[in-house]
Amino acid sequence: MINPFLPSKMKILDIIPETEIDQTFVLAGRKPVKPGQFFQLSVPGAGEAPVSVSDFEDDKLFVTIRKVGRLTNALFALAPGDYIFARGPYGNGFDYRDYVDSDLKVIAGGTGLAPVKKVIKHFIANKSIASLEVLLGFKTPQDILYRREVRAWVDAGLATLTVDKAGPDWSGNTGLITGYLKNLDLSNLENCKFIVVGPPIMIKFITIELLLLQVPEENIWVSLERKMSCGLGKCGHCKIGETYVCLEGPAFRFARARRLLD
Amino acid sequence: MGYQLSREQFDRFLDRLQDDYRVFGPALDSDKGAFSDTDRITYKNIRRLDDLELNRKSYFSPKEIFFPIRETLFRFCEGEPTVPQIDDKKIAILLRPCDSNAIDRLDAIFLENGPFEDFYYKRRRENVRFFLIECATGFDSCWCVSMNANTTKRWDVAFRFGEDEILVDVKSEEFLPYLDDCPQKPFEIRFIYENTKKVRVPEVGEVTLDHFAHELWNEYTARCIACGRCNTSCPTCSCFTVLDAPLGAEKKMGERWRAWAGCHIDGFTDMAGGHTFRQSRGERMRFKTMHKINDYRKRFGKHQCVGCGRCDDVCPQYISFARCINTLSDCIEEGKRK
Ligand SMILES: Cc1cc2nc3c(=O)[nH]c(=O)nc-3n(C[C@H](O)[C@H](O)[C@H](O)COP(=O)(O)OP(=O)(O)OC[C@H]3O[C@@H](n4cnc5c(N)ncnc54)[C@H](O)[C@@H]3O)c2cc1C
Ligand code: SF4
Ligand code: SF4
Ligand code: FES
Repeated sequence: MINPFLPSKMKILDIIPETEIDQTFVLAGRKPVKPGQFFQLSVPGAGEAPVSVSDFEDDKLFVTIRKVGRLTNALFALAPGDYIFARGPYGNGFDYRDYVDSDLKVIAGGTGLAPVKKVIKHFIANKSIASLEVLLGFKTPQDILYRREVRAWVDAGLATLTVDKAGPDWSGNTGLITGYLKNLDLSNLENCKFIVVGPPIMIKFITIELLLLQVPEENIWVSLERKMSCGLGKCGHCKIGETYVCLEGPAFRFARARRLLD
Repeated sequence: MGYQLSREQFDRFLDRLQDDYRVFGPALDSDKGAFSDTDRITYKNIRRLDDLELNRKSYFSPKEIFFPIRETLFRFCEGEPTVPQIDDKKIAILLRPCDSNAIDRLDAIFLENGPFEDFYYKRRRENVRFFLIECATGFDSCWCVSMNANTTKRWDVAFRFGEDEILVDVKSEEFLPYLDDCPQKPFEIRFIYENTKKVRVPEVGEVTLDHFAHELWNEYTARCIACGRCNTSCPTCSCFTVLDAPLGAEKKMGERWRAWAGCHIDGFTDMAGGHTFRQSRGERMRFKTMHKINDYRKRFGKHQCVGCGRCDDVCPQYISFARCINTLSDCIEEGKRK
């Protein structure tokens, strides 16, 4: 009998510091995975929690983790060569086919960038969509993730980057991400598709704006966060209505997501 | 195959079962009631007929026998997870039709929902046999008929407990040898088709956004104290939380557990960063109500609630779930008339 709660060991190949409190862990392992899917990561005795896959290639999986509590503290105490436990991947993730030939706009706030980083990279490399634009918002310049890649996207004219609050040595955009929606090229609105990821409050305001702009709710995707104890449709924590976020999500078309009532 | 047993013959039947089965049934826990000098009926090991308490409803359901309140999933030893063994003796549970149906509702979550069967549930559940207790009248707080949970085909042996004799219908052959010298008598179990308490359940699709936003839920924000008794006493509540406990100074060892969780209890939806959903208790009452009579039905084609009425029996605030469902139905009717 399969025991889906049993995690397996994954070796940490490298740890890339991103910010004061965020690190990307590079894990050895080849697992079929889609962007937006998540793993249940754990450290024995410290706990287990859902973490999105932020990137993958050949024999490597990337996860970006924010140090916020018991498990994530224990993860940050580990070093390359150590092992962590993982099970998954779980959830539906983003399906590249949903965006073929569209003018894709990815709007990400803070750590919300992690689950869509691979989507962005995929569509930069693969020309199956008509165009790609990225809108990124972080709290402060110190909170920016994946600096090298983000810089390259901005330099290539692909991404608009803004921070809520800047210090004296910041010469870029400032202000809330919602204020930069107007920078997106929406001239061919019927062909535009939107992926919106970030904190619940940001998703709320961005989607309100998009609907005001007459974007059909089927053309917006969001990723929802919920407390999750299993990822398997058993523990009940992630349930909203008849929907299990861990099974049918975390990525949802907004047409469905907005009907999920607690 | 039907039998008629005297009390002594029933005790002998239980005796013979002991080698191969652990038998559980509703029994009295003296002085364990909510008030001083009151008793509580819980599920206990049964060795003789006198151990059974059949005149009152059990406070807890039998679910904890195969879905323990807290269970070790595995131990990490030297970095490797080891799954603890369980006693694989078969388990016979004396239960009523509502509870037999409730186990079917648990099965749907643990065995059907999602891509995998729940390993821990399944390995215990496979050992469970159903000893059905016939309900002659039911209890005052029962509403199983309203939930279509008053009848069941899910049983191995059915019993009618009379004053001096016990009528038995054996469906599973595995139990025939334990009764082979008992007097036979044709017997067919009956079900009840009316409860004193009646609940009108809305049809799927009748519940709309208006009923989510309705003020009826506010009453529960004022009354519910989020104690979670309705969750723990419910035979169909299946939610749990997974947590780790470190062992030893090296922190290389630890146990991963799962423990019952409940949607009425604070912290059920708390996420890192302090975000939580359904902060008000009225919202939690609404969530539970929808889950029991609407959401689950959309997903599995049957009500999750089986109408056992335990939530109403145990609530310290005298909140009646039956009344809540009826109030919701009243609102829907009112909306239709408008
Ligand atoms: C689908 C999904 C994908 C995710 N992807 C990622 C990811 O890619 N990267 C990532 O870093 N995280 C991700 N998360 C979040 C991640 O699961 C949590 O950060 C993780 O559970 C934290 O565990 P912990 O043991 O470290 O924190 P805990 O010790 O459980 O607590 C975290 C912090 O939250 C605070 N907290 C908890 N509850 C409350 C409360 N009620 N009120 C106030 N504060 C509270 C605690 O004080 C603590 O500081 C994801 C979550 C989901 C559901
Ligand atoms: S709810 Fe129905 S089946 Fe359950 S104890 Fe009451 S009458 Fe019997
Ligand atoms: S038993 Fe009553 S008070 Fe306790 S959580 Fe349930 S409804 Fe609220
Ligand atoms: S995370 Fe457990 S049911 Fe979804």
